Amino acid sequence: MYLLNAIALAFIFIGLFFMVVGAIGLVRLPDFYTRAHASGKCDTLGEGMMLIGLILFEGFSLIAVKLLLLVIFIFITSPTAVHALVNIAHSRGVVPWKKGDERK
Amino acid sequence: MVDIFHASVIILILTIFICLYRVVGGPGVENRLIAVNTVGTKTIILLVLIGFIYERPIFVDIAIIYAMINFIATLAIAKYLRRGCIC
Repeated sequence: MYLLNAIALAFIFIGLFFMVVGAIGLVRLPDFYTRAHASGKCDTLGEGMMLIGLILFEGFSLIAVKLLLLVIFIFITSPTAVHALVNIAHSRGVVPWKKGDERK
Repeated sequence: MVDIFHASVIILILTIFICLYRVVGGPGVENRLIAVNTVGTKTIILLVLIGFIYERPIFVDIAIIYAMINFIATLAIAKYLRRGCIC
């Protein structure tokens, strides 16, 4: 039981690290496409890690099954939403950032 | 373990404030939309953690419904921006 809690804690801390890195990338990166890259990847992985940690902390019950469904749902839908937004930005004419341009 | 959940909630709220900078000041509508999507993703985790702290399992169901509404709202706004109407 003690070991399982330690593994759950490790998962929760790794997930928190990825979410903080994604938020910093959302503010610091110079372009819309790079921001979409930071947001989409880091948020999906961080959320999955944190929810898996909570599943390990909870044990086998109905709440764990619901959390597993939430993990699967978010792993499918979060990259889809970000891809739709990037597609919209490309069709509206947002130009990618090149080295030497100023930040937008 | 509950103390660690409290610390995680505080760190997540600070992260949401970092993302709100991009919501308020981001150039164009796309940057704001992607920041709002990120805030919604963090809110799901926040709801689940609140359910674990106060030992109310109903918050997990609320988190599932929030995830669905977040996804559909993002897709609807994307469709509106491309076509000019939701149709």
